[in-house]
Amino acid sequence: MGKSTVIPFGPQHPVLPEPLHLDLVVQDETVIDVLPQIGFVHRGLEKLVETRDYNQFIFVAERICGICAMGHSLGYAETVEELMGIEVPTRAEYLRVIWHELSRIHSHLLWLGLAADAFGFESMFMHCWRLRERILDIFEKTTGGRVILSVVRVGGVARDIEDSELAAICSVLDGIKSEYKEITDTLLTDMSVKNRTVGVGTLTHEQAVDLSMVGPFARASNVSYDVRSFGRGAYGALSDFQPIVDAQGDCYARVKVRCLEVLQSIQIIQELAGKIPQGDIAVKVKGNPDPGARAANVLEQPRGECYYYAQGNGTKFLERMRMRTPTSQNLAGMVEALKGCDLADVNMVILTIDPCISCTER
Amino acid sequence: MAYAGKSPWVIHYDGSSCNGCDIEVLATLCPGFDGERFGVINTGNPKHADIFLVTGSVNEQNIDVVRQIYDQMIEPKVVVACGICACSGGIFHDCYNVIGGVDQAIPVDVYAPGCAVRPETLIDAIVAGVAVLDEKAEKLKAEKKGRA
Ligand code: SF4
Repeated sequence: MGKSTVIPFGPQHPVLPEPLHLDLVVQDETVIDVLPQIGFVHRGLEKLVETRDYNQFIFVAERICGICAMGHSLGYAETVEELMGIEVPTRAEYLRVIWHELSRIHSHLLWLGLAADAFGFESMFMHCWRLRERILDIFEKTTGGRVILSVVRVGGVARDIEDSELAAICSVLDGIKSEYKEITDTLLTDMSVKNRTVGVGTLTHEQAVDLSMVGPFARASNVSYDVRSFGRGAYGALSDFQPIVDAQGDCYARVKVRCLEVLQSIQIIQELAGKIPQGDIAVKVKGNPDPGARAANVLEQPRGECYYYAQGNGTKFLERMRMRTPTSQNLAGMVEALKGCDLADVNMVILTIDPCISCTER
Repeated sequence: MAYAGKSPWVIHYDGSSCNGCDIEVLATLCPGFDGERFGVINTGNPKHADIFLVTGSVNEQNIDVVRQIYDQMIEPKVVVACGICACSGGIFHDCYNVIGGVDQAIPVDVYAPGCAVRPETLIDAIVAGVAVLDEKAEKLKAEKKGRA
């Protein structure tokens, strides 16, 4: 064993779309310790609840993170609705879930591309992002936005999707499926991909449970936990929902879980599009949250469970809005998974937890 | 500008953006919009880059990083502020940890507004940036001649 050296990684790094700084303590080529440093993206937006009323804040909540924008507006809206005891029309619940699952597909495709890029498979990156554009086209058609959708409101949604449009979405998804299969076949069977991912950055089931990992990162370590299986909102209407898990806990397992989750999301959207009831898409919201009222809520984001908490004070401004994002949970697991891996694999391991720094720091 | 003198290589840094603009910057270079067909190539190395695409506003923590990347780039160089956060702070302008747009840290040549900035806007901004780049290159040449 040689003496240890510290190698800085980030905040500006070719594989990272976001600023994250890690001090990698290496001995020879092996990482023995990792010290993460965050804070580059902190804006302090939880404090904005003091100057934006609860209807306006939904646009701020959306901009916590541009990748999970749909999820954050949904999570925030659900929390405030619980706080004020608002019943959302069923059609709105279905539409929300359809958009949310579409954004999961876009997020996972984005991630698959970045992960492929992390081990030097740039053409795969391009293919994933090409497919992702088709989902963004659906967003643009139905909401007008590509990444920031602004369709969810407290009390419902701002736009309806017509039945003919829903049918068109389903057929686009069918078309995507066959192309997507080619991508996953390559990612999951290609020898060069396997060389880089199998057995790399393993996190055991015990570690995942001890560190309370969430999302696909935990599910790849055989933790069968998915907030969607609680059956809230339109998820309750699904005939069957089983979290996708894998037992290996290595990078390959994490790629596999996310690959399969895209197909699961397509299935959910198609099922809900067939079952969606007619009716209103929003209710009128009157009044303010009661003083001292509190509400908490969890939501399965593409990256895992996200927790929301809101407190009212009798005015149109909330007293407190707080969230705990999946990445802030998963960073601890990432540090664990990095320990003992090869310096060359650091990119891969960081990417497979799918860190979302701007969610985490807000 | 009749034609670009060279392919503009870009470097991207995420200030305190929400990712919305970052993924649009990447989407601009990917199939669909395919900025690469105009020679726009993403590089991770400031020394290779002509155009600096910054998303998000600046804060105490990242202002030095933004300045450092800018200083490492070789003249002539152009800065494009991508998204309304990078232009002025946008929706987060009154957050306690936001100093303001990128122009608080480094000189900005092209402002590309939008929340999130659209890939079409970005392509336009890069084309405008190339014109500025050519201008700056001419000026450098003239200065050199003047000195000789
Ligand atoms: S301009 Fe909008 S999309 Fe872009 S970083 Fe700012 S909040 Fe996010």
